[in-house]
Amino acid sequence: MIGIEAVILTIITASTPLLLAAIGELVVERSGVLNLGVEGMMVMGAVCGFIATYYSGSLILGVVAAILAGVLMSLLFGLLTQTFVTNQMATGLALTILCLGLSGLVGEPFTGLPGAKLPALYIPYLTDIPYIGKIIFGQDALVYLSLILVFFVQYVLFRTRVGLIIRAVGDSHVSAHALGYNVVRVRYLCIMFGGACAGLAGGYLSLAYTPQWIENMTSGRGWIALALVVFATWMPRRILFGAYLFGTVWIMGLYVQGIGLGIPSQLLSALPYIVTIIALVIISRNKQLTKLNTPACLGQQFVPDR
Amino acid sequence: MVSLKKIAAIFAVSMLSTTAMAADKLKVGFVYVGPVGDHGWSYQHDQGRQAVEAAHGDLVETFFVEKVAEGPDAERVIERMARKGAGVIFTTSFGYMDSTLKVAKKFPKIKFEHATGYKQSDNVASYSARFYEGRYIIGQIAAKESKSGVAGYIGSFPIPEVVRGINAFMLGAQSVNPDFKLKVVWVNSWFDPGKEADAAKVLIGQGVDVITQHTDSTAPLQIAEQNGAKGFGQASDMASFAPKAQMTAIVDDWAPYYVARVKAVLDGTWKSGNTWDGIKPGMVSMTDYVNMADDTKVMAKATEAAISSGAKHVFSGPIYNQAGELMVKEGATLDDGALAGMDWYVKGVEQ
Repeated sequence: MIGIEAVILTIITASTPLLLAAIGELVVERSGVLNLGVEGMMVMGAVCGFIATYYSGSLILGVVAAILAGVLMSLLFGLLTQTFVTNQMATGLALTILCLGLSGLVGEPFTGLPGAKLPALYIPYLTDIPYIGKIIFGQDALVYLSLILVFFVQYVLFRTRVGLIIRAVGDSHVSAHALGYNVVRVRYLCIMFGGACAGLAGGYLSLAYTPQWIENMTSGRGWIALALVVFATWMPRRILFGAYLFGTVWIMGLYVQGIGLGIPSQLLSALPYIVTIIALVIISRNKQLTKLNTPACLGQQFVPDR
Repeated sequence: MVSLKKIAAIFAVSMLSTTAMAADKLKVGFVYVGPVGDHGWSYQHDQGRQAVEAAHGDLVETFFVEKVAEGPDAERVIERMARKGAGVIFTTSFGYMDSTLKVAKKFPKIKFEHATGYKQSDNVASYSARFYEGRYIIGQIAAKESKSGVAGYIGSFPIPEVVRGINAFMLGAQSVNPDFKLKVVWVNSWFDPGKEADAAKVLIGQGVDVITQHTDSTAPLQIAEQNGAKGFGQASDMASFAPKAQMTAIVDDWAPYYVARVKAVLDGTWKSGNTWDGIKPGMVSMTDYVNMADDTKVMAKATEAAISSGAKHVFSGPIYNQAGELMVKEGATLDDGALAGMDWYVKGVEQ
């Protein structure tokens, strides 16, 4: 097969933003909060990351700015839903709409300016290994970070006390409150983590994937990430599987068109969604396990003094 | 989805037009489908608007609303412009066609100009550009400059306009190298920089060394730049994104048409009609030919001159379809009707 290495490299870059955004939202939802603003926080991360790098010339500052932008927008969401107890779904949707408009506004002067690209790792000898060298040892830092994050979240959620508290808050905020945990504070922190991850995912788009700023450049990736969380039944390792499966089918759709097998392109465009849904439905056919993993208080409001 | 910007823009329009009510200027409205900063389609229309202001100075006053969704939103925006006293309104996306006609019926005294559509009425004219003439030239360049003999074409949707572009590109390429191969990848989106970039990467991985695209972002060209491949700008000059990769760009230049049509309204000579202009009147233009061999430049310039003078028609026979059937006879050319509804590929397109 020709170009298989290029295909795998493309799959990795296509999957990484989905993985980053989804793993953050997973933590948010595990704490019982449904933030539909992922797409919006991503697009703000993308524009702020680009602008910071453009002015400072530093990619590290760009990544930091992307994270901060995501956190800032998520704090707005937190303030509204946790402090002022607004409806989470409506607030999340409003956040996305706000961010899409706002990012276009602040990004206007930067549209079409060439940007800097995150450098890929290079380890002498290892990266030079034919076929697998570039794939395993030749990625940019955020790809490795996204993978580390998955295992970090998996570990924290299921092996530490902090994770236990997060899950308790998500499953029964009344009990967690009765036990003396500050539900609102835990949720604020989780929302901020989700914002950071979404901002980072956006930054990945404007600093590594296609290093430039264009209005609405996330093109719905935030929504795909949101769907992945649900279909992965709130389990970090399944998110890893789902994101890479989606990326693989997505890129293979383009690959198959390029070699000209005559499959309708509309079908190939729809295939990533279909395959991912089928695969994740199959792996989550254990209803007991799914029920156990679904945050029972997802999307519900909590007021401590009620 | 309603964005803040759009709401702000609608506000701006209403304020702009109310303050200008007193002045006796011709008000010219523009409706854009994308943001002015897309560096492609809407950007070029806005360049045209600025040219109208520059050319007619104090006689006109222009205003625009950007990012207007096709459908009911468009109708509202157009109607609002009409109510606020616009004398002529340019609606610049295919999907505004029916909205434009509907509003035009209510305001028979106002002139409407709709881009890329096919329906006209007494006060609605339509106009479009023969982008395919440029595509023939870049096809020739691709065939001459490609070492692998294979080009990649990233398409948005298989509608006649895009199909026509692919065919024109292929006919150009085959005029240089009859065995030239073209891989077509559809991304099913007008604007998804990430997916366009993915398609470009995959194509380059499959041995393509020249990329062209009929989508709205600069991403494919940037991927070409990063991977040492060559490419072309689409709708607008994209050299700043890919100084080493862009060989030329097909630029839509609406300015002369807009200036002339506004002048006709000012003079009272405006008539409805259907304009479809190409390289000759300057509605389609090519940027400098760079990053290619000298003889390729000479060839490209000669072809551009031949198309401009009318000596060369892009779709002149013999042309065969993929099944090998003769579609255009020797010595004949395809008429505009056949071009407008093109739904078949020329021989050699792998699709």
